[in-house]
Amino acid sequence: MRRFNSWFIAAGLIPLSGLALYLLWRATRDTWAPLWLSFFIAAIATVLTLVAGTGLALLLRWRRLPARDFVDAVISAPLVLPPTVLGYYLLVVLGNNSALGRAWESMFGRTIVFNFEGAVIAAAVGSIPLVVRSVRIGLDSIDPTLINAARTLGAGHVRVLFTIVLPLAAPGIVAGAMMGFARALGDYGATQMVAGSRIDGTPTASIYVMDQLLANHDDRVFAMSVATTVLGVTMLYFANKMTRRLHIYRA
Amino acid sequence: MLDPYRNTPGTKVALTAELRLARGEFVLEVDLTCPPGITCVMGPSGSGKSTILAVLAGLAVPDHGRVVLGNEIWLDREKKIYVPTHLRRLAYVFQGLALFPHMSAIHNVEYGMPRSMLRSERHKQAKVLLDRLGVGHLAKRRPRTFSGGEAQRVALARAIARSPQLVLLDEPFSALDRDLRAQLTALVRELVAELGIPMIHVTHSVAEARLLADQVVRVERGKVVARGSAADVLANITSLEE
Repeated sequence: MRRFNSWFIAAGLIPLSGLALYLLWRATRDTWAPLWLSFFIAAIATVLTLVAGTGLALLLRWRRLPARDFVDAVISAPLVLPPTVLGYYLLVVLGNNSALGRAWESMFGRTIVFNFEGAVIAAAVGSIPLVVRSVRIGLDSIDPTLINAARTLGAGHVRVLFTIVLPLAAPGIVAGAMMGFARALGDYGATQMVAGSRIDGTPTASIYVMDQLLANHDDRVFAMSVATTVLGVTMLYFANKMTRRLHIYRA
Repeated sequence: MLDPYRNTPGTKVALTAELRLARGEFVLEVDLTCPPGITCVMGPSGSGKSTILAVLAGLAVPDHGRVVLGNEIWLDREKKIYVPTHLRRLAYVFQGLALFPHMSAIHNVEYGMPRSMLRSERHKQAKVLLDRLGVGHLAKRRPRTFSGGEAQRVALARAIARSPQLVLLDEPFSALDRDLRAQLTALVRELVAELGIPMIHVTHSVAEARLLADQVVRVERGKVVARGSAADVLANITSLEE
């Protein structure tokens, strides 16, 4: 029964918090535009990295993957590359002269680079190593006997994945989302390279702080810094609580 | 009553298996014929007992070998036949039981039931089984709150719920005290007699084998060194742990 109740609460919380977020956005979208921009970029990037990162983490667990260590190193590369170098590579791959960039433009009538899309991708690529690492830790913590047990109980690979592997790796996946979000929220260098310093006239929070600092508006720097800190810490606080709840399900 | 939906009543199938598998220090080379009833596989630690079960379950693939249950060929290396684990109708109770920690007892039991069954029907059957094994009151609780004996019973219920054609037990009672062991062995005996299927029970305990076994197979360093009735094979042995 307890489990049932918590599902109801969760189902109610999602639309409620969505509504609260919407109202907050309506009230503050002009004054806090850079923070909202960063928030939306980070949120969408997190969703993308979660899907891609979980997929990659699963792929890396596959023992027969050719050149596994190399693939692993490439996925981790954004951690060790200077953000500007990462941004440069993204420009090459996604820019208006690249096949990908041209295909996107002919389909949607706008470029990836110097747009919202570019900022999302820059943030996502920066966070993917963190997400992959965290999900892998989650996957590695699963007792392989449980997977074997599921197979002896008639579960094929897909069912094992969705009923055993992903639920048991959930703490790692949530932790990965949290780290990915934090990293995406703070991205500076890669975003500026790929999306420029303004997206539809608005800078991201981190770029705004730099701009205002250079313009000697110390009060604005202070306000945005505090707001970003509050947002980041609040998100991490709730993500931590959620991870702890998920850990309860484990032995 | 245990199996109203899948087994054809009265079918009695035997398991035959022969396998060869290089294992670090020695070659596991075993042949087994297990009629319906309980076969106890005994032997010192590291003699390859668990590997035999893994091969029967399809979790390990031997270099050579055949596994045949009744008229179903599960494995034949020469003919390149391999039925994957999840398509073999067997139940495997692991040494650590491997109950799913994120599911309640009843969901653990339902997990292996045929998905062609209605959800409500699965639920009902699972409850009946848990009640029968004396753990009906745990249905909605998660395994982490179970005592050793309770977890064993839930694991047994989950295994039987599949209406298996073959049951594999890998020392599931080794961590229990003597009384609980006796209770559960009696229960296992009853269930196997009812289902009329082969059960392979890996154990260290000579006492347990004497109580349970229709056939005892002793394995040492990957080879069968003795087989026969419990009375014959275990005549002068009090413990296998020399």
